[in-house]
Amino acid sequence: MEKFGIAVIVFTVFWSLIGIVLPFFIPKGPNRRLIQVMLMLTSACCYLFWLCFYLHQWKPLFGPQLTSSDARILRSLWGTDF
Amino acid sequence: MTLCQLFLQPDAAYACISELGELGIVQFRDLNPNVNSFQRKFVNEVRRCEEMERKLRFLETEIKKDELPIYDPEDNPDAPKPREMIDLEATFEKLDHELKEINTNADALLRNFNELTELKHNLQMTQGFFDEAQAHPVGVLEDMAGEREIELGGQTTATAGMKLGFITGVIPRERMVTFERMLWRVCRGNVFVKQADIPDLIEDPLTGEKVHKTVFVVFFQGEQLKNRVQKICEGFRANIYPCPENPHERRELAMGVMTRLDDLTVVLSQTQDHRQRVLAATSRNLRTWQIKVKKIKAIYHTMNMFNNDVARKCFIAECWAPVSELDRIQLALRKGSEASGGGTVSSVLNRMITREQPPTHHKLNKFTQGFQNLVDAYGVATYREINPMPFVLITFPFLFAVMFGDAGHGLIVSVFALWMVIKERSLKDKWRTQEVWTIFFGGRYIILLMGLFSIYTGLIYNDVFSKSLNIFGSSWRVKFGDEILNRRDIDTVQLEPTPYNYSGTREYQQMYSGTPYPFGLDPIWQVSENKITFTNSVKMKFAIIIGIIQMGFGVFLSLWNHLHFNHRYAIYLEFLPQIIFLACIFFYLIILIFYKWTHFDGLVSTQAPSLLIQLINMILLSYPTEPESSRTFYSGQRGVQTALIIFAVICIPWMLLGKPIYRIIMNKRRANYSTVTNHTENAEHEIDEQTHENESTKKVEMSEVWVEQGIHTIEYFLGCISHTASYLRLWALSLAHAQLSEVLWQMVLHIGLSTNGYAGSILTFLVFMPWSCLTVFILLLMEGLSAFLHALRLHWVEFQSKFYKGEGYPFIPFSFRLLLDEVPIEG
Repeated sequence: MEKFGIAVIVFTVFWSLIGIVLPFFIPKGPNRRLIQVMLMLTSACCYLFWLCFYLHQWKPLFGPQLTSSDARILRSLWGTDF
Repeated sequence: MTLCQLFLQPDAAYACISELGELGIVQFRDLNPNVNSFQRKFVNEVRRCEEMERKLRFLETEIKKDELPIYDPEDNPDAPKPREMIDLEATFEKLDHELKEINTNADALLRNFNELTELKHNLQMTQGFFDEAQAHPVGVLEDMAGEREIELGGQTTATAGMKLGFITGVIPRERMVTFERMLWRVCRGNVFVKQADIPDLIEDPLTGEKVHKTVFVVFFQGEQLKNRVQKICEGFRANIYPCPENPHERRELAMGVMTRLDDLTVVLSQTQDHRQRVLAATSRNLRTWQIKVKKIKAIYHTMNMFNNDVARKCFIAECWAPVSELDRIQLALRKGSEASGGGTVSSVLNRMITREQPPTHHKLNKFTQGFQNLVDAYGVATYREINPMPFVLITFPFLFAVMFGDAGHGLIVSVFALWMVIKERSLKDKWRTQEVWTIFFGGRYIILLMGLFSIYTGLIYNDVFSKSLNIFGSSWRVKFGDEILNRRDIDTVQLEPTPYNYSGTREYQQMYSGTPYPFGLDPIWQVSENKITFTNSVKMKFAIIIGIIQMGFGVFLSLWNHLHFNHRYAIYLEFLPQIIFLACIFFYLIILIFYKWTHFDGLVSTQAPSLLIQLINMILLSYPTEPESSRTFYSGQRGVQTALIIFAVICIPWMLLGKPIYRIIMNKRRANYSTVTNHTENAEHEIDEQTHENESTKKVEMSEVWVEQGIHTIEYFLGCISHTASYLRLWALSLAHAQLSEVLWQMVLHIGLSTNGYAGSILTFLVFMPWSCLTVFILLLMEGLSAFLHALRLHWVEFQSKFYKGEGYPFIPFSFRLLLDEVPIEG
């Protein structure tokens, strides 16, 4: 459960830094507003995208279906411990 | 944006317009729209400019013929003063005349040269004939009169009163055979022809082409035959050259020809040098002149749009200009007035009030220009409405990337775009005539953003050329024992999705760690059989989520528009019903999606609600108990959903009836005001009220308002549902792209990679070419174009229909920079 929390915190902090904190530090100029809008939108879109994929995989309703040979390969490649 | 009136002194007008052209921020209006272009004031000047342009074009073709380089001017030359125009005209006239003279002289000399060359060859060959005839006394001439004297040098013999004449000439080789045959036929075999091919290619004096020619000598007897032969030679366009019979004379003629040829060669080369020098001198200035002439012409075109006020002796011009730039315009006018001789009265700028809709002007730079073009292609923004471009700047590449979603392909696209951006300066003017290239180059920043976002989405989809990366370690492990994996009757196994032992059985093995893969899709899905089932679910859900959020954002932008134009009523009568409907049904759907993600796992997978069925049941107000996925899954669901549906349904008549009823009330109030204020003496007040009322509630036909509002209502509410479903194309295209990519790998590259040994390496090398070609052409170009189009459609229709009117016209300023950019300078 903690590992789940770590990833969420890391990415939330990362994208909020880019989207909420960084816009205050853009130097004054003709493009200030534009860059602020760009940063906010980028971080919102990218964060949402990551979040959806993360949440969907958190509690999967079914597992991956592998061919027996692939399963044997993965078992020897990755081992059986997490 | 304001409408301005300029009063210009006639002598200062030219200079002022020139300054404004350099500045490039005013758009002039045509004050003489009904005047024929031949009747305008400055038509003569425009004609002179066109004549100058014609001469410059002629000079340019001559320079190009000689393949001399044309120098581009470093700086931007100013528009020359009217006085200078006369000087320019004189210069061009002189150059034009000189060049034409050189050309005609060179042509004449060349023709002469070619004639002499033919004569030279002629003499050489005939010399050869007669020498041969001397050397072989038993020559072919035996059957003619049999006079030996002939062999001694072609002298005409007077024996038996027969005179043998000859004609020599040169004829193109291909005509020789027919020529001989014609001679034989016409002269009934009484002539004798001898020929010799000239080995070199000779330039024909008439056509100027290099052809193979043959020298011929025709021997005949008598005047009649001579005439006939001459006529035939003329008919075949053979060049006849006089050939003296005396060998001495011949030799003298030959020497004379040689010396003349040498002289001519010298003269010709000198003429060519002169021509080169003239052209080289011209080429240095050619571009500058072209720019100057273009500027003059533009200024006179603009001045043709002015109104000439004879009474006050000045020009009146009307133009649109941004309010923030008025100071700069004043400065430019002052500069112009001073430059043209310090007139006592400087030009005046006068702001006008008008009801007309001004043109729409956006301040752009090279980065935002591309995106603004995308938005403007659908419709230019109405004056002062919100410009969707800053939002489209990010959401368009993002939605493209959701559909494109491959990190490897995204990398290639980004590198290509980065090359175009870094090499901007040098690539700007290359290949200007290739339209496909100019389209790609114009959109280089768009392509760069698309590529960068594609790398991100590709990493989240965990798709690099259809293979996955395992950076953090998969969350799944295979814990089946050999007894299951080695069985021959089982082809596939499915891993256990719950991370805890829910039923307490002994056979349970934890195969899922409980924590998802930290960044993106777990790499195990790439090798599993049911990958598509899994990714379909998440991609569809994401597509719906992002679609609803983008549409909601669009509705909020319409709120911003209403606030700006001070349409208070529209906020309550249009924005509120729209957002409430969207929220009640579709934001609720998003909440359900997140609820399902967080509250259902592998244990209760059979009871997990099917969101689509739940939504349909919500709208139909039916709550069945079978099948399991259609049951209610949280307490109070019935009540909540019924309430939401009621709120949503209320919005429909609210939006349909609200605005028309408001209009009716406003009209009644206006009617009351005008009857009341008619009695007062305060005319100003009345006019103010009326104009105020006019601007907010113009008197329109009520039926029109009802129809329009009905259309808007239906469009919005049906659109909500259909546009939400339309966003599913994000899922569809990304699925197609992923599958194409996988097919390409499995069917093409895999052939090389799966073969062992040296043969494998050679095969991989050979197979790489078709794989990369197909990747570039099908996956990058075709799929890229397809995703581009669909993302653009999503923006134009689904996003912009919520707030954008797009009924404006663009601001096209009078700017020299724009003028010089739009026409490619090179031919």
